Order: sequence, then C-alpha cells, then structure tokens
Amino acid sequence: MNTLLRIENLHARVDDKPILKGIDLTINPGEVHAIMGPNGSGKSTLSNVLAGRAGYEVTEGTATYRGQDLLGLPPEQRAREGVFLAFQYPVEIPGVSNIYLLKAAYNAMRRHRGLNEVDALDFLKLVKEKTKIVDLDEQFLYRGVNEGFSGGEKKRNEILQMAILEPTLCILDETDSGLDIDALKLVADGVNSLRSPDRAFILVTHYQRLLDYIKPDHVHVLAHGRIVRSGDAGLAHELERKGYGWIETAAAEALR
Amino acid sequence: MSEPSHRLYVETYREPAAGEPAWLRRLRRQALARFGTSGFPSPRDEEWRYTNVAPIERKLFTAASGPADVAAAGALIESCRIADAWSLVFVDGLFAPELSERNGLPAGARLESLASLLETLALSPALSGVEADAGWLESGLELETDSKSNEVESDRHGFLDFNTAFFTDGAVLRVDEGVVLEKPVQLFFVSTRNEGRATLRNLIRLGRNAEARVVETHVGAPETGYLGAVVSQIEIGDNGGLNHYKLQLDGNRAYHFGGSYARIARDGRFGHHSLSLGGLLVRNEAHARLARAARTEMNGLFLSENRQHVDNHVRVDHDEPHGESRVTYRGILKDRSRGVFQGRIVVHADAQKTDAEMNNRNLLLSDDAEIDTKPQLEIHADDVKCAHGVTVGQLDPDSVFYLESRGIDAATAREMLTFAFAAEIVERFAVSPALSGVEAGVERPDPFHELLLGMLLARFPHAK
Repeated sequence: MNTLLRIENLHARVDDKPILKGIDLTINPGEVHAIMGPNGSGKSTLSNVLAGRAGYEVTEGTATYRGQDLLGLPPEQRAREGVFLAFQYPVEIPGVSNIYLLKAAYNAMRRHRGLNEVDALDFLKLVKEKTKIVDLDEQFLYRGVNEGFSGGEKKRNEILQMAILEPTLCILDETDSGLDIDALKLVADGVNSLRSPDRAFILVTHYQRLLDYIKPDHVHVLAHGRIVRSGDAGLAHELERKGYGWIETAAAEALR
Repeated sequence: MSEPSHRLYVETYREPAAGEPAWLRRLRRQALARFGTSGFPSPRDEEWRYTNVAPIERKLFTAASGPADVAAAGALIESCRIADAWSLVFVDGLFAPELSERNGLPAGARLESLASLLETLALSPALSGVEADAGWLESGLELETDSKSNEVESDRHGFLDFNTAFFTDGAVLRVDEGVVLEKPVQLFFVSTRNEGRATLRNLIRLGRNAEARVVETHVGAPETGYLGAVVSQIEIGDNGGLNHYKLQLDGNRAYHFGGSYARIARDGRFGHHSLSLGGLLVRNEAHARLARAARTEMNGLFLSENRQHVDNHVRVDHDEPHGESRVTYRGILKDRSRGVFQGRIVVHADAQKTDAEMNNRNLLLSDDAEIDTKPQLEIHADDVKCAHGVTVGQLDPDSVFYLESRGIDAATAREMLTFAFAAEIVERFAVSPALSGVEAGVERPDPFHELLLGMLLARFPHAK
C-alpha cells in the first residue's frame, strides 16, 4: 500500500510564534485519523498548513503527498491534486452563488486532470444527486456561498463540496464544533458515505462526540505542537473521561 | 490658457437661437452672470472639497454647430443600445432624429427634443396647447437653486449655472396621469469632438399614477477630451413611479458632469441607479426631495482605473412624514484612481416617521488608489429611523483563500470576488421597488440587466 501523506518533523509558526514543533504522521489510503487536543495545541494550524493558507510559515520538516512535496504547491494546486479542507469557519461570500462556486471548482479539478469541463445541465444533475447526501435543500445552491446559512448549514455545505469534488485526502477542521446532535449526525452520515479504500480523512476535533458517529482507525493527541499520544478509538474515550489536563501535564513535563 | 476659462465663456457668449422666450433668456442671463462671477466650483466649497475641476477650468470647450455627426455616433451607441426601447439621441449637444426611435408611444406620453419644443413655441405662440406648454416649461426649467427662497445655497454651483446658460437641447418626457410606459426610454448623450462640449437639459415629468423607466446613457469617443454637462430635472406626481438609470460610459479622456434632481410628490417612488465606468474626471449628482410617504432607492456603482477621478454626490431631503430612502453606493478602485462619495440625507422637522438608510462600501484594489467618503445624516425630526454605514477595504484574504482551497487560482478568485461585489449592486437595479407591483427581492430583470452584467464581465473576464 502506498502512503498517501507522510508528515515528518513538521515545524510551523504564525507571526513568529512557533506553533507546530515537530509533527510526525503517516496516513494511508482508506484510513480515518482523528486529531484531538486542547485549544491552542496546534490542531487548526496543522490543517491550515496542509491546505496552504498564507501566514503559516513552515520552518522545518516535510509533508509528502502521493510522493510529491505538498508544501511546495500553491493552495489551488493542492486542491486540484485532491486535498480538501473543510473549514472550521466557512467564509460567507455574498454575490458568488453556491452552485457557481461548485461548478468553477469542479471544472478546475477536471481541467487539471485533463478532462473536459461539464456543461451546466450535466453538472446540475450531479449536484442535485449530491445534495441528498447532506440533506441540503436545493434552494441553497442558488444563494450566495454560505450567505446567511446557519452554523449547521455551513458545515453541511462543506461536506456537499467535498462530495462533489471527491478529494483523496479530506481534512475536517473542527467540523463538529458548535453543531447540535441532529446536524452532527447529518455531517457524520455525509462523511461516512464518502469513506472509501482510496480516500483518507483527518478529523480535527475538540470533542470525542464526533467519533461516536465516525469511527476512526487512529487517534492522535496533540499538545504544545506535538503528537503526545497515538492509539485507537479507545484513546478518544479515555480523553473524554479524563479531560485534557493529564495530557497537558505530560506534554509539559516531556518538554522540560 | 492663463485666464480662467469661465471669463472666456462669458465673453464669447452668443444668445441662443433667436426666438427663445423672454423668460428663458432671462434665466440664461442670470445664470451667466452668476457663472461669470463664481466660475466652476472650487475645492474650497464644502460640497466640492474632494474634487478639483481645475483641468476643466483650464480649457475652453466649444459647442458644435450642426448637423450632428450621425455616423460616428451610431457606432458608439451600438454596444449599449437596449433592444426594445424608445429613444432620443443627442450628438455633441445636437438632436439626431435619424438615430432616435419614438414609434408606438402611447397617447398621453410625449418624448421630444427641448430645442424643437422651444422652436414650435416661438413659431406658433397663438396655439393654445403650446401656450399651456410654456407655463410648464418655464417652471420646469427653473432649477430649485435659481429661486431666491432656496434653502440649500451650498448646492448651487457653477456647473448648474453653466448648464442653464449654455444648454443647446435636451430630452423632454411627459407622461400623463395614469399612463404606464411598458417599454423603457433610452436617452443617449454622445460626444465625438475633441475639446467639444455637450450641454443638455432634460425634463422628465410624470403625472399622478404614471410610471416609466428612463435610461440615460452617456458615451463618447475614446482618446477625446470633451466636456459633457447634462442636467436632468425630474418631477414625479402623486403615486407615480420612475426608475431612472444612468449609465456613464464616457471615453477615457472625457470630463463629465451629470446631475439628476428629482421632486417626488406624495406616495411617489423614485429609483435612481447609476453605473459609472468611463471618463477621466466625473461628477455624478443625484438629489431627491420627498413629499409625504414618498420613497426613493438610490443605487450606485463605479469602477475606476488608471488616473480616473469619480465623484458621486447624493442628497435626499425628507420634507414630509412617512418617507423612505435607501442609498447604497459602492466603488471599486484600481491603479492610481480616486473616488469620492458625499452623501447626505436631511430629515426636515416635519418629516416624522422617516425611514432612511445610507450605505457606502469601497474596494481598493491598489495601494495607490484613494477614496474620500463622507456619509451624513442630518435629522431635525425626533421620531425617525435612520442609519448609515461606510467601509473602505481590500478583498478579504479569507475569502480569497477559501476559493483557492477549492482549486481556483488566486487571480481568478480575486476577479470572482470583485465581480460579486459589483454585481450585488447591479442586482439591486433589477429588483428596485420603484415601480408598483414589484416587491423588493422579487426577481424582475430589467431589459438591460444582461447588458449591465455584460459590461461588468468585460472588466472581469475570468469571473464567470
């Protein structure tokens, strides 16, 4: 089996403040990895570094995605190569309709792969099919991207985009935060329906609850910019019982 | 030219066509005298603080002698003509009937050249119907700022006097009580001559319950330094509705002054929608005076580049209770261009229950671009709902990254976002509630919605 993503000794900083201090992580196709940790541990930084957001400076280490240097690619190339970030805070873009963004993104992906662009009618058919996965009403397609959407609708819209773009590596940055249980189930169902032997997921989350609905193969605990524990789904339950305090203490001691 | 040109304009003044009525000669002479004293507006004047018209003052723009250059004008208006509309075309200040289309106007609607109307008046003063015209024309042509009782002294300025003294023609549209124009009326103001001037005065008058759509289109030859000075006076009767569109598409070396001054009677509705894309130095004025329960919606958008200077000056006066106003202007500035927004809503003491909102947002796409924005609310009544807001900024980096993370390259992402910012205003043009039966938010694309979006897309070819 070929490794999908290999992160080695990754260091990154934001505004001269070191956040990631040596991350090692290997992800194979078909796997679901949960990354948990207290606030400020570097979870979102890791997501943003992998997606290529400006302002996150990699100072050391590598991330190799399907054999190529991921960190050397501009963000749109990463997306076209199959890396997808579901945002913690999806941006509202008034004036750009949801369906227009979806089509532009879908066709950019197809051009990159040397395929023909799809016409409006075929695309509409595809999108309507996919909206069922996240139970999003069709009217949302014609509104501005995320404009006036509720928190749950925004997150479901992220999953809809994911379903249409069919990425190889899906990074969900705290997609569960702020969702009520019904919205959480819809999001989880959407993710589960997209699980496949070729596709891997990184679930960045603060709450174990998400993992009741999406069963991870691996759980990693991030603290102070490092992975301090890795285990199976059982680790998430341990965290839920004991909180993050003991991890923090252990990590602080390790750094000492 | 060492001497300021306004003196030269006065010295070289020729009485217009013999036979203009005495009242009009008087108006012109008074305006000329004021213009001779004050000249063009100066940045010392608060209402002109951010716009220096010295480049206009340094030149002497000359009026064309007929006939109109129809061939040159025809090509210029081709790309911005609405397919199904009545039209009047003026070329370099002269009426071009060959390019105009008035067939099928319903009874109760008259669309004519002001100069022709005045000529008819001079030739046949005895005709009673024409006599009736004279009274209306006289009061219609008198600008509010001409009357002594004028309370808004600061709104009087040299361009208005210049226009009164020098207008050569203009469009007169009268829609009688209860008449609804099904097709829009498109007025073209075309300029083709270097150092030429086109000075026009339009009168639009809607009777009680009358409704119309009027599209002013200002175009001109590229690389041609001309002055367009066009003033429109608008009267909307009780419960009448006018959607008034202004497309300012002048050539890249043009000077443009255009003012629209509307009085809206009780329950009347006035939509003013302004798209400014052309010109080198541009001043757009739009003023509305609202009687009881009258409404206005004013939407404006400008795109500027290179060294363009675009000034939008908006004023709404709520004279009486229950009026409603919505002013929404946006600017997109590139390169070293400059923009100005001066907007003022005045709620007079009697105008209780006024509901007024003014919003101005600007997008600076270059570090060298500059905008001065000054929205003001002046409230003399105590039971009103008023709000205003202003923003100046760049494209939101989070939005750009969001699009990039979906596979869209940065340049296209920026164009998409800029286009969206602009298109939101054009969408407002389409759903303006100024005509009855149109609820805000209900889709009813106007006949030139696609034309306008096309013009924007030409600026942002990767946005769609």
